[in-house]
Amino acid sequence: MKQFEILGKKDTRSGFGEGLLEIGRQNPDVVALCADLTGSLKMDAFLKEFPDRFFQAGIAEANMIGMAAGMTIGGKIPYTGTFANFSTGRVYDQIRQSVAYSQKNVKICASHAGLTLGEDGATHQILEDIGMMRMLPHMTVIVPCDFNQTKQATMAIADHKGPVYLRFGRPVVPIFIQPDAKFTIGKADILIEGTDVTIIACGHLVWKSIEAAQQLAEQGISAEVINMHTIKPLDEKAILDSVGKTKCVVTAEEHMLNGGLGDAVAQVLSRHMPLPQEYVGVNDTFGESGTPDELMVKYGLDTPNIVEAVKKVLKRK
Amino acid sequence: MEIQQLQAIASQVRRDIVRMVSGANSGHPGGSLGCADFLTVLYFEMMKHNPDHFSMDGKDEDLFFLSNGHISPVWYSVLARAGYFPIDELSTFRKLNARLQGHPSTDKKIPGVRMASGSLGQGLSNAIGAALTKKLNNDNRTVYTLHGDGELQEGQIWEAAMYAAANKVDNLIATIDYNGRQIDGDVEDVLSLGDLSGKWQAFGWEVLEMDGHSYPDLFETLNKAKTMTGNGKPIVIIMKTEMGQGVDYMVGSHKWHGVAPNVEQLQEALIQLEETLGDY
Repeated sequence: MKQFEILGKKDTRSGFGEGLLEIGRQNPDVVALCADLTGSLKMDAFLKEFPDRFFQAGIAEANMIGMAAGMTIGGKIPYTGTFANFSTGRVYDQIRQSVAYSQKNVKICASHAGLTLGEDGATHQILEDIGMMRMLPHMTVIVPCDFNQTKQATMAIADHKGPVYLRFGRPVVPIFIQPDAKFTIGKADILIEGTDVTIIACGHLVWKSIEAAQQLAEQGISAEVINMHTIKPLDEKAILDSVGKTKCVVTAEEHMLNGGLGDAVAQVLSRHMPLPQEYVGVNDTFGESGTPDELMVKYGLDTPNIVEAVKKVLKRK
Repeated sequence: MEIQQLQAIASQVRRDIVRMVSGANSGHPGGSLGCADFLTVLYFEMMKHNPDHFSMDGKDEDLFFLSNGHISPVWYSVLARAGYFPIDELSTFRKLNARLQGHPSTDKKIPGVRMASGSLGQGLSNAIGAALTKKLNNDNRTVYTLHGDGELQEGQIWEAAMYAAANKVDNLIATIDYNGRQIDGDVEDVLSLGDLSGKWQAFGWEVLEMDGHSYPDLFETLNKAKTMTGNGKPIVIIMKTEMGQGVDYMVGSHKWHGVAPNVEQLQEALIQLEETLGDY
């Protein structure tokens, strides 16, 4: 089985910050907007180097999204930055009308997604954002898995014409994607090849899925691990090729079961290849305060939960 | 253009409005009629724009955003009469497969429309964004918007108002259709705007007032607003209008906000509105 070396540990939001700075250097049309969370989003470096292309919106997210949509008229590529909760739920109608329906080239960049926001609690821990964003026509939804991939994705979306939702997080997590790896929107990464079960994950759950595959291998179970960094458009071929081989699947995400990656995968399978699926995700409940690690354990999003789900799905084959 | 010519265009625009809404048996005639004079003067006299070659980016053109998208009939008519798309297309308003959606959208690529609107309160933010991009592009043209007065109850308007003043977005002229009516009744009764001029002043805007049916006033105030651009402050014009202006039984009542006239009512309206440029 392919072994993954931990290249270091960093937060994915820092990957966004570095990617934004780098794409800002490469593409003069890139502009950035932030709603009073410049430090949290790691946008300070862009602000320092390109003060004329940085727009501080204050704590007024609806106006920020509306302005970003307007800024595309004349050719700018606006990146908006705030927490995932305020990037989606708070401004759903603004995104729906001014960005998605109007097909504006806005990049909605959302940090502190999910339970791993931690101690601030459920008011800030959005677990519905992937669902909301993937329901919108014209919207591309990307959830990269580590620092390097978040940086690569941040740069890649500038070349994609159309609205994008880019979701990343707060905690320091392992880096395992090579810094020079090619990131292609809509093309899943097959990280580990296997024959008994397919694990499809996104975001912070990808590393945990690798850990789970390693533990399963020790028990004689061969798991294929797919990093589904693009939830929409979904790489249906990668899913069908893999599940066609393994005949069962576990999906894993730091998101509500309703509307997330698991739902998207189930839709593909039910249409083309109905086979057993188990889900790792948050089951119709809000989060709470705690450390990120404690919350991932309490809400069933940890490595042992993936192992358990694999064993359950194998019995249903 | 002479005032008489503009008035003739506006008369035809009003005919278009009532015919479109009646033809679709749905739509919003009241506010549309009230803004016919303003939009006619804006598009045929004030703005530099290019109806023959519409471009989404609108570089080196003045831009217009309709924030209160439900008065799409008046905008569509003015756009068609200005040459953005065939006048005959007005007959497709609100019909299946039409580019003229009930509320303006870019979805079907209708020339002249740069942003969807209808869910209220978003157009000022959109316009500020476009104005910021003009500044970045060293494009010294102006961005115009139109808003309903009831629409000002939306919080996003005031987020945008705060931003534009704090950041000196001075290539922006917003106009409020101050007709005092909204769906449920008088704005004063539904949710009073209070001292509207004072509110905008307190937010740091230059505030002008204008009679939306007086052509001399439209000329004078819009030209004055133009001269005030580039001075570090956004500009808002509070434009007094009558909902339903031009059709006696609609004037001054919120009841025609979103109701289509029937065949008899349409005839009664058309008698009052001279056909100046030929019906579609």
